Amino acid sequence: MAVLVVADHDNQSLKDNTHKTVTAALALSPDVDVLVAGQGVSAVAAGAAKIAGARKVLTAESDALGKQIGEAVAAAIVPLMANYDAVLIPATAAGKNYAPRVAALLDVAPISEIIEVVGPSTFVRPIYAGNALETVESGDPKKVITVRATAFKAAGEGGPAPIEAIDPGPGAPKTRFVSDELVKSDRPELAGAKIVVSGGRAMGSAEEFHRVIEPLADRLGAAVGASRAAVDAGYAPNDYQVGQTGKVVAPQLYIAVGISGAIQHLAGMKDSKVIVAINKDADAPIFQVADYGLVADYKTAVPELMAALAEAGH
Amino acid sequence: MKILVPVKRVIDYNVKARVKSDQSGVDLANVKMSMNPFCEIAVEEAIRQKEKGKAEEIVIVSIGPIQAQETIRTALAMGGDRGVLIQTDTDPEPLQVAKLLKAVAEAEQPGLILMGKQAIDGDNNAVGQMLSALLGWPQATFASKIEIADNTVRVTREVDGGLQTLELDLPAVVTADLRLNEPRYASLPNIMKAKKKTIDIKTPDDYGGLTGGHLKVLKVTEPPKRVAGVKVETAAELVSKLKTEAGVL
Repeated sequence: MAVLVVADHDNQSLKDNTHKTVTAALALSPDVDVLVAGQGVSAVAAGAAKIAGARKVLTAESDALGKQIGEAVAAAIVPLMANYDAVLIPATAAGKNYAPRVAALLDVAPISEIIEVVGPSTFVRPIYAGNALETVESGDPKKVITVRATAFKAAGEGGPAPIEAIDPGPGAPKTRFVSDELVKSDRPELAGAKIVVSGGRAMGSAEEFHRVIEPLADRLGAAVGASRAAVDAGYAPNDYQVGQTGKVVAPQLYIAVGISGAIQHLAGMKDSKVIVAINKDADAPIFQVADYGLVADYKTAVPELMAALAEAGH
Repeated sequence: MKILVPVKRVIDYNVKARVKSDQSGVDLANVKMSMNPFCEIAVEEAIRQKEKGKAEEIVIVSIGPIQAQETIRTALAMGGDRGVLIQTDTDPEPLQVAKLLKAVAEAEQPGLILMGKQAIDGDNNAVGQMLSALLGWPQATFASKIEIADNTVRVTREVDGGLQTLELDLPAVVTADLRLNEPRYASLPNIMKAKKKTIDIKTPDDYGGLTGGHLKVLKVTEPPKRVAGVKVETAAELVSKLKTEAGVL
């Protein structure tokens, strides 16, 4: 049985989610191919060819694929499934957008956001915002699976595997790309960062969020995250949201500043290795999951933390 | 234009889900149930579009036990026009739901299907995309802004790097994300009025039946618990512990 992994990328660079999804795929089969669907993806394909365990890399290119239009990506994947028993897709916003479409077109049940491969047809996935784990068995001959990448280790370097261009499919005739508004940042990507510094509603304004959270993140070489409350209030862009409906992260170190710890936020970060909480409310639920809690107003605690980090050589 | 809004009755979002001791599922006995929050946002958006003159009728559809009538009634009190309940005591999986909704769409012929991006019980985030694929209609998931024109709809979506705007031909399926709007509370007069609105009670067989479940739930378990760690007194102590004890700096 062969398995297809769909690469996570932005047409320029390959994302680490792909390597983690390959690890999940290798638990199902030694024959893992990687599909890079996009536009102008030669560098991405070359990166994918170097993933240890990748047998072959397929590239499909068109304008609609370059914009990750769901209809187009699904239409490129479906005909390939004659050759594969399963397709594994990183559970990013893009992946979640097209994966169920692939499943519907194949008349199979999608298996969303798996965190463990138990057997060839059996998987564990979180439900109820991570408050329960469901072990499901799929009776479908072809499986369409999205993978919560943080639950798997990244596959290493190997290869290079051969790269082969394939038919990009019919695109998305009823859907047109109008524009995008992407957040530009030199910081590490939230989903794959080793350290994440997140700010909450306590920041009180977008200016304060920039003034407090970003310098701390930069000192640590960390990605910046935010609670839903902070995003809803306009302090941080939607792309920063960590939680059940935002991004799920599991860094080595997660620092929550002025975040109370609503269930839906905890669902997005509780698998971090070490959690630090800074909050002036000693009863905030975030302290129940924090390895290290500092009960203090962030206004004094963050400058002190910056100074202590500087002293420690960071 | 008619807007079809599928809604789901789920555990209230403020209630913490508890796993049953026999691992057969989550305990829903005597637990407060409400409309799925993302469905509520979809209902609100449909009403706003009708208020802007972009739609004439809003049909609310739910699949679930007889109590799901209350969920439909809530949507009617917010401003929906009529409801359809497909009554079943089973817990259909996304593929089955998408197939039933496809049959509803074929019967109702809406110009737009607006629905929540995911239900907070199963967290599948699948039905909208599957419905769109089965109907052969275009899709825009994770919507944070929706503008309806004559034969198209322009949707701004929350994507990995920020926002993306797409234009879809109608009819289309659009799924709502958190920041699309803030749902209204139904006023008392509207709650009274909603009692007179029609809800048709149907069965899955009226819409082609519940065909073949593909997924079997073997067990539902508690996730590993995190225990609270220690409180530190100062930022300096924090840095020293992160360096020496935790080894993450």
